[in-house]
Amino acid sequence: MYIIIVGAGKVGYHLTKLLLSQGHEVMLIEKDKNKVASLMGELGDSIIYGDGSTMETLSEAGANRADAIVAVTGHDEDNLVISQLSKMMFFGPRTIARVNNPRNEETFWGLGIDATVSATRLINAIIQEQVKAHDMLIPLLTMRGGNVEIVQTSISPASPVVNKKIKDLVLPQGTLFIAIYRGEETIVPRGDTVLLEDDQVLVLVRKVHMEVLRQILLAPGTVKTKP
Amino acid sequence: MRVVILGCGKLGCRLAERLFEAGHQVVVMDRDPEALKKLGPKFKGETLAGSAYIEENIQRLFEEKMDVFVAVTDKDNVNIMLAQWIKNKFKVPRVIARIYDPILAGSYRELGLETVCPTNMALEAIQAMLKV
Repeated sequence: MYIIIVGAGKVGYHLTKLLLSQGHEVMLIEKDKNKVASLMGELGDSIIYGDGSTMETLSEAGANRADAIVAVTGHDEDNLVISQLSKMMFFGPRTIARVNNPRNEETFWGLGIDATVSATRLINAIIQEQVKAHDMLIPLLTMRGGNVEIVQTSISPASPVVNKKIKDLVLPQGTLFIAIYRGEETIVPRGDTVLLEDDQVLVLVRKVHMEVLRQILLAPGTVKTKP
Repeated sequence: MRVVILGCGKLGCRLAERLFEAGHQVVVMDRDPEALKKLGPKFKGETLAGSAYIEENIQRLFEEKMDVFVAVTDKDNVNIMLAQWIKNKFKVPRVIARIYDPILAGSYRELGLETVCPTNMALEAIQAMLKV
């Protein structure tokens, strides 16, 4: 895939390295000259200097052939314009935008951005759960419209789904197991895939069904009901 | 008409004064309290020093019905984001954004946002002067 990332902050930089290491073609756009100069040695042709919210820079980066454009600057207004401009002017790349201020998330959904990522909301979710990593659903990505999410969780030994086939689980309508990370292996699950303890699972779920999914996947007794 | 102007720079400040003189109810908002001091003594409209990213400030703007919202901060992307947000979320009848970048201004006009592009205006004016 060809992925354009705008904003060479911590998120943008590490995402670039990660995607490059997985064999993707990546272009990182950064508007701070000094930052570009200091990363040039390491990233070489994978970084360019420019303002990602302008046509000139996006064109130069090859946005017309990009599969996805990820806007992760520290400014929501820039992330919004980068995503919208990409949608309007190029051949429909997927757009993912980081939302720094949670208030803006709703704005982004209404404006044609495919998915938003909010660190604030993610960390808040972790704090709210106040339980160990085994027992929570971590929201990774909110899809356009805001009513469908991709969540991650790990299956604890006490979970009722251990050693069960996915097709035997009674799941809310529209719930989809996308991937299972088991040790070093990534499994694309099918109905007859058996869930094991310590599996990391990625699940697509409707927001209204989050509580139900939690009850199904997580160990009994660890589920906290909201007051 | 109740008009809210975001950004009290050269344009925002003059626009506020003119609209006030013309008898409209005007609110000027700028995150820099110093910027609001540019308003002349004749301006008796409302001023609000604070960021539009803060919920309470936005709530104050909507304590009364808003007919027009004009985003004229010095940052195109801020104007674009806030104008779209105010338009979609609060259904304000007229929302206008100043956008310096001609390409952005054109694109967002096509999306249905009312935009003003000073660069294009100056371009046309100079062309007309030179008669080219």
